[in-house]
Order: sequence, then structure tokens, then C-alpha cells
Amino acid sequence: MTSLFIKSIKFLVGGAFILVLAIALFGSVKGVIYEPPAETAEHMMHKHPEPLKLASDGLLGKFDRRQLQRGFLVYKDVCSTCHSLNLVSFRNLKDLGYTDAEVKKIAKDWGTKQPVFDEKGGTWGERDNVPSDRFPKVYYPGTGTPPDLSLITKARHNGAAYVHSLLTGYNEKPSAEALKHFPEFAKTPDGMHFNPYFANLNIAMPPPLTQDGQVNYSDGTRATIPQMSEDVAAFLVWTAEPTLETRHAAGLAVLGFLIFAAFLTYGAYRSVWAGVKH
Amino acid sequence: MSFPWAKHYEPKHPLMQWVDSRLPLPRFVYNAVGAGYPVPRNLNYWWNFGVLAGVALVCQLITGIVLAMHFHSSAAGAFDSVNVGIMRDVNAGWFLRFAHANGASMFFVVIYIHMFRGLYYGSYKAPREMVWLLGVVIFLLLMATAFMGYVLPWGQMSFWGAQVITGFFSAIPVVGDWVRIWLLGGYAPDDAALNRFFSLHYLLPFVIAGAVILHIWALHIPGSSNPTGVEVKGEQDTVPFHPYYTAKDGLGVVVFLIAFSALIFFAPDLLGHPDNYIPANPLSTPAHIVPEWYFWPFYAILRAFTADFILPAKLWGVLAMFGSILLLFFLPWLDKSPVRSGSYRPMYRIAFWVLVADVLVLGYCGGSPAEPLYVIVSQIAAAYYFAHFLIVVPIISHLETPKPLPGSITEAVLAKTGA
Repeated sequence: MTSLFIKSIKFLVGGAFILVLAIALFGSVKGVIYEPPAETAEHMMHKHPEPLKLASDGLLGKFDRRQLQRGFLVYKDVCSTCHSLNLVSFRNLKDLGYTDAEVKKIAKDWGTKQPVFDEKGGTWGERDNVPSDRFPKVYYPGTGTPPDLSLITKARHNGAAYVHSLLTGYNEKPSAEALKHFPEFAKTPDGMHFNPYFANLNIAMPPPLTQDGQVNYSDGTRATIPQMSEDVAAFLVWTAEPTLETRHAAGLAVLGFLIFAAFLTYGAYRSVWAGVKH
Repeated sequence: MSFPWAKHYEPKHPLMQWVDSRLPLPRFVYNAVGAGYPVPRNLNYWWNFGVLAGVALVCQLITGIVLAMHFHSSAAGAFDSVNVGIMRDVNAGWFLRFAHANGASMFFVVIYIHMFRGLYYGSYKAPREMVWLLGVVIFLLLMATAFMGYVLPWGQMSFWGAQVITGFFSAIPVVGDWVRIWLLGGYAPDDAALNRFFSLHYLLPFVIAGAVILHIWALHIPGSSNPTGVEVKGEQDTVPFHPYYTAKDGLGVVVFLIAFSALIFFAPDLLGHPDNYIPANPLSTPAHIVPEWYFWPFYAILRAFTADFILPAKLWGVLAMFGSILLLFFLPWLDKSPVRSGSYRPMYRIAFWVLVADVLVLGYCGGSPAEPLYVIVSQIAAAYYFAHFLIVVPIISHLETPKPLPGSITEAVLAKTGA
């Protein structure tokens, strides 16, 4: 009796799990039949970002420094009002080709100041930014906190393309077909804006790039809305990983070495095993 | 123990003789991975993955120890110390971080291949049960270590992953919630949890290293298995580990490093989740909480249990998820077939490949959102997973007529190479 139990315990345990799964499966199938999953507004209207080609893409990708500088101007003149860049320091801007003096000036003139605590007075004051400071946090008086942009291109699927599509996606409207299913999308709620690239479709951020020439480019590039949006997307790829170029260059050297080593080790393997059937 | 024809260590240099007579460490290494360990001559490339797992462990230890020098284990400082300190300010910190994060993935890739190799070739069978049991222990330790390591950067997925995984303990009847609060040191993951995870994440790899030594020790008692599953019969069946398998493993290690480097340098975020670049926010739950890819099959099993039947669905899910790994401990006694290698077992071979496909399907479902279609597919796939180990394999081992086995390893090799 005992040995029969031990012999069949595997079938009992396996059977128990399978029985419970069968009951769960029955429930799931019944659920799908009686209450088919409703079409969601996100499913109907959400769009994947349009592809975006940047100089930093690919195995050999390098940043286009002039584009990064233009992107920085867009960030400075448009985004920085609400979005911080707190993981980046002013000194990092030297990577974009700015001189020490220029970086110092950018830091000093930055609109948001560094908070300082006065120990004696017990009060908070401000001071100008210096190159060693991180970009200061932005305290936004409205509802919700706009996200820090330092890592935004890594923190979203298809980051750079997402930023570009989102910034240029405000003109799109829900299709007539979608409005038939979801009439509430005919009018966006107050303080919200329809944007099919945003996960929730209605985004609180008003269109930040509204007219050509909104940012004053000094390198002769025409500041169209798509151009400004692409430039700031490229800039945000840099803020998310300033070491990207080093990574690519090191990777090529490492892979080159390893492929060479693969030939050597393959040769060693062949010569060691020569004459031994296996 | 070793085969009688194993070469003996004979130190030539007086210094080595002096060391060997006082502490026979060189002899120990020689007998473990040197010329003193006779290995079947017919091992194929699937036998490289044990050594590769060892290489992955060493990579993780080295990168991890250096990363720990720069990491701040506090809820307020962890995210910045990783994403600013290590990624931007530490020299080559980005390399260490990407190597460590992708090293975990590479570790699981080689471990999964190593385990499936063991399953196909019946490496878990007598007299190697202890090797298999220790292997399952290592796998469990590895999963715990990987989970706790993923929490450390304190991104959104770190935090919510910790929330979900520690939530398993609240499925324990009566005392569950109390146990969870005790384990976390609070009501939700915070400084206390982060610090204990960091402490354990640093400790467990050394426990793994200890278990690996036992795993290799247990392997050296009967010696390595081989693709025919026929035991070694004489000296002609084996070659010394060094230089034969050091050369073959050397090639394997370089190919492994090529794949590893391609990930680190050209696709470092491919296997990660974007949400982990958002700092942990206890007030905002991500739309889809998914673990890292190597946990997806088990996550799918967990989520497949959606019905309360005697026990609550959540408890069934947790039991099944842990059960799906724990049943591997019983595998040597579930599979009664005396034939080891799947190459000579026509029915088992089919069941094996169905299991491989089944685990891939479970993995795909586990990484997808919990929508009805994926749940239904996971329920079927999870049922097959349990059926495979607990019903199909035990029955097959009685029903099947194995193909005739070669008389010896050498006979099989000569038949294959046409000599």
C-alpha cells in the first residue's frame, strides 16, 4: 500500500497541477467567449514611433556635434522651462565642443539657480551655477512633475524616435473609425492634448515646438519643427549615454581582437586533436 | 577517484616538489582540470557549457566586486550612484555596469543550455545524481542572486519586481503578510530591503562558487558523461582533460566572449527593460511589470494559475512556480530508463524537443502582457511542463524500446568517423 502510494505520488502531484490548470483554462476560455476583451482606445489609436536615423546609430555611430549643440539650444530655450536634466553636469557640455569659457557662461546664465542653505540665517537662498554643478532640478508648479530628461531616450522603447515622433505628433487627430468607438476622444479634456505616440493618448504637455524659427540656430540650419525635434532627440541620446562613442570604438577593438583569438584557438584546437578521432 | 590509467602528477621542479609534499594543491588542480583527469574522447560542443558557466561566474564576480566599490546602497542614492557615478564618472564604469548586467543574461544562456544538455543526454542518471542535484541547487542560488541584483539599481522595474517577488511570501496561509513584512523590513521595499538585498547579492555568489566546487567534485567521482551515454570501458575511450579539452574549451570561451562583447558594446540595453531607467517610484505602478527574460517561463507558470480551487489561485501559482524547479530534484528517480542518451531513445527524444518548445512558448508568454490569449497559451504550456516531468517521462521510460547502444565509446567514434 505504502509503496503503491510512493510509486503513484508523481502522478498525483502532476495530476493536481494539471487539474487546477484545466479549471483555470476553462475559466479563461469561458471568459473570452462570454466577455470578449473589449477593444481599447490605446489599441486602436496608439502609434509606434516613426523611424529616425541619427549619426550615433549603428556599430560605428558617432555623435554629430553640431547637431548636439543645436539640440542643446532647443533643450535650453524650450524644454528646460519644465524638464530638468539632473544626471548631467554643466562640465559635460565640453563634450559637445563648447570651450571652458562658454561652459562657464552657460552655467552662470542658466535660468534655474542652485539652491543654497544659509546656516547662520537658517534660510534658503540661491547662487549661480558653476561648471561642476549638475543641471538644477526644476520645480514645476502645475499638476504632476514633468520627467527628468537625462535618461529619457533609454527609458522609453525606441527612445530617440519616440521623442521625435511625440514632439511632432500633436497635429494628428483620431481617425473617424476610432471616434465611432470612442466618441469621447472628439474633444480632449481641458489641459490635455491628443498625441497618438503617447501611451495614454492624451498628454498634459502642450505642444512645445509650435513654429519654425522658434530657436535661434547660429550654424545656418533652418530651424523647422521637424529639425528642432530631431536635434533635441539626438541631444537626448547623448545625455542618456555620453560614453556611447567610447563604447562603440572599444567594442570594435575588442571584437577585432576576439575574432583574431578565435582563429588562434581554433588552430590550437585542430592541432591538439590532430590524429585523435572523436 | 579516477580511472587507473589517469596520469599521475610528478612535479619536476624542486620548488613544486616542496609545495606538493606540503600542500598538494598543484596535484589537486592537475587531477581536476589538468592531464590527470581522463575524459571521454567523444564530447561534442554541448559539453563546453559547464566551463562557460564557470567563466560567466568569474566575470560576474570580478565586475561585481568593482561595481560594489562605487555603489551606494540606499533608496535615495542607489539610482544616482549607478546612472551618474558608475555610468558617467567612474573610468570605464559604463563597461563594468553593462558587462555585469549582460553577464547575468549570458550566465543564464549558458546555464539553460547546460541544463538542457543534461536533460537530453540523461546526465542526471546514476551514478551522476549528485552532480545534477548540486546543479539544481546552483540554479536556485543563481536565480536568487540575479533577482536581488536586479533590484539594486533601484529603477521602476527593480522596485516593482521586488514588490511582486516578495509578494509570493504573502501567499503563505495565515502568516504570509507577516513573513513578507519581516523579510522586507517594512511594508514595501525601501532602505532595509535594499540593504539586505545588497548584502545577500554580495554573499550568494561565493556560496555559488562553493556549490560549483562540490558540483565539480561530484562530477569527478564517476567522471564526465558523454553523448553515447555508454560508460568509459578503457583507456582508449578517454583523452586527458589537458590539453584536449582545455584546447576545445579555449575555443568555446572565445566564441562565448564574442557573443558577450557584441551585447556589451553594441546592444547593451537590448535585454533590459526601459522602465528600469526611470527611478523607483512607489506611487506609480508600471503598466506591465515583467521580470528579466530568464525568469519569463516561470513567470508564465505563476500567472497561469487564475482559478481558486480549494487553495487561492495565487498560492497555486507560487506553489507551481517553485514546484516547476523543485521537481528537477526528483528527475533522476522519475526517469527509470537505463539508457542515458536521448540519441538512443526514440520516444524520449520527441518528448525532449516538445519540452524545449514548451519552455520557449512559456518564456514568450511570460514576457508578454497578461492578456487572455497569452494566459490561455501559458495554461496549456504549463500543463505540459508538469506532464512532461511527472507523467510523460516516467511512462516513456517503461514503454520505450531503446535503439541498440554501441559497444563502447571508441566503437561509436570509429563508426561515426568511418574507420
